[in-house]
Amino acid sequence: MNVCVCIKQVPASSNVKIDPVNGTLVRDGNNTKMNPYDLYAIEMALKVKEINDCNVKAITMGPPAATAILQEAIWMGCDDGYLLTDRKFAGADVVATAYTLSQGIKYMGKCDLVVCGKQTTDGDTAQVGAELAHFLGIPYVCYVDKIIEVKDKSIVVRTNLDKTYEILEIAFPCLITVEKNNESPRLPSYKRSVQYSDHQVHNVTFDKLFDVDESRYGLNGSPTQVEKMFNPIKDDRKVMLNDETESYASQLAELLKDKKYI
Amino acid sequence: MGKLVINQNFVTDEIVKELEKVCPFNAFEYDGNELTINASCKNCKQCIKRGPTGVVIYVEEEEVISINKDEWVGLTVFVELEFGKVHPVVFELLGKAKELAEKINHPLYAVMIGSKEQVDTNKDELLCYGVDKLFVYQDKLYEDFNIDRAFECVKDFIEQIKPSVILYGGTSLGRSFAPKVAAAFKTGLTADCTSLGIKDNTDLVQVRPAFGGNIMAQIICTKTRPQMATVRYKIFKKPEKELPHGEVIYMSTTEINKNSVIKLISKIKKEIDVDISEADVIVACGRAFKNEKDLSIAYELASLLGGSVACSRPLCEVGLMNVKNQIGLSGKTVSPKLIFVLGISGAIQFTSGMSNSDMIVAINNDPNAQIFDHSHYGIVGDVFKVVPELIKIIKESRGE
Repeated sequence: MNVCVCIKQVPASSNVKIDPVNGTLVRDGNNTKMNPYDLYAIEMALKVKEINDCNVKAITMGPPAATAILQEAIWMGCDDGYLLTDRKFAGADVVATAYTLSQGIKYMGKCDLVVCGKQTTDGDTAQVGAELAHFLGIPYVCYVDKIIEVKDKSIVVRTNLDKTYEILEIAFPCLITVEKNNESPRLPSYKRSVQYSDHQVHNVTFDKLFDVDESRYGLNGSPTQVEKMFNPIKDDRKVMLNDETESYASQLAELLKDKKYI
Repeated sequence: MGKLVINQNFVTDEIVKELEKVCPFNAFEYDGNELTINASCKNCKQCIKRGPTGVVIYVEEEEVISINKDEWVGLTVFVELEFGKVHPVVFELLGKAKELAEKINHPLYAVMIGSKEQVDTNKDELLCYGVDKLFVYQDKLYEDFNIDRAFECVKDFIEQIKPSVILYGGTSLGRSFAPKVAAAFKTGLTADCTSLGIKDNTDLVQVRPAFGGNIMAQIICTKTRPQMATVRYKIFKKPEKELPHGEVIYMSTTEINKNSVIKLISKIKKEIDVDISEADVIVACGRAFKNEKDLSIAYELASLLGGSVACSRPLCEVGLMNVKNQIGLSGKTVSPKLIFVLGISGAIQFTSGMSNSDMIVAINNDPNAQIFDHSHYGIVGDVFKVVPELIKIIKESRGE
């Protein structure tokens, strides 16, 4: 059995604002880290490996520096890493990202189970996993927080939805996205970091993919465009209410009505 | 659609530094010879707008496929059912979609998938929200939501009706289902929009938070249809009901594929006792509350607003409340949409656990209480007068 985990390198801090004077985006440091949700995805993939011995490979799309998170994934217990990197992938939105990943996974070979984090902390869309499944032509289940059973031809999982938990059985090959859960992700192992110190991850560039139609990738393959970015309007009113004309309670009721609680 | 091109003649170490500074995604790579843009690029074009002039150029390319936007007509809301009833976010979306539809003179559609019983229970109510046409896919197999089956229905709907826009509730169901439709039609889907507008050419103007809410991004989808977005519950106002004028259209499901390799084994309803750190509304009580009877007004207010009751440390110490409901440094950190802070002075030990709340309303009889420095709305008054009166108004407004 082959398992593939999709991971992403994200900015370590989301502390960004737009400089009111010259309009540029100001970031708080250039540090990056692995998307925290992906740690849970890796942990779940490695749990599957413990139950049913299999090969777990990590894949990411990003700049060459994203090799760092593939190494981290290998030190945690993944068997290999693949980096999709090419300037033709630049400017990708959800559709183009999912399509590129689907091509990368096809390049890796047969895959029975794809595991993704629920969402990333920079894009925050929680859409790439589902769209990737569609491009791979396989079923998917989102918000998985527990693996109940790994069978020969299917997997039984629990999903954590708004008001319910659902127990679902899905036939392989399939994709799951993983919600944060009680299984704390393991730390990278020092032993593995030594053992794999010379290990090179695979660089997968555009020309290695099956589909080399440029209109499917990067900016060209992206249906959405960011028209502009701006600072959110902050609510820093500090209002002391007085009850000279209207009672406190009815003023509060108005506020609640305004916020749609009444 | 176009691409970013770098004029290598202009590239110097200083130019590179300048570009690296304006690029929020670290997308520039320079090997001392050639400057390239890597996969981190999000096409925000900050490098063109804010960077050195003429170095990065945006080159428009011939559009290969262009769609005729006039062929795609109608604003649609996907009707999500929750325990057999229409999820309230659907009404909010219908209100917004109606407003947009009127602007460009398009019809308002809704599409519902369910069993006959579910359709019969909900169809009349949906028509009270200005829906011109309610498209229904009805089958016994559609009683429990299944992504594969629902997808085949929505695919059929899009192919036959060609709507310009489809909106989905930003629930766990909507957020997991909508991407499949987006991928199938290779169209844009914008998650968790906080504001929607529409241009005369029917392009949907979608605003959503980026970078964890620190920046707002305005997104458009100009070359594909249908345009799709998800919106969280309680972002838009629920509109007033009106006299129904629309019609229900039953779509044929005989030709639709109903197979799925996803099997629902069981469904477990979550317990209502929510963790306060997850609550959207919190009523926090402090030293002013002396006994169970005092607390009863807090519980009543919380239950009317669908929220939880929490406390500061003193109430735990005297055993009136459990420590799992305590906010602050020695308790939990919360960031609800709305928090009432009742009879709490507002020491840093407490406020550090709740200062990120969206709307903070404090009531305290001490005009110098520190809590007023941390609140959006402050009332110097008696909690036990103001709160019961507020409860009375809320109940009256709901006709109870």
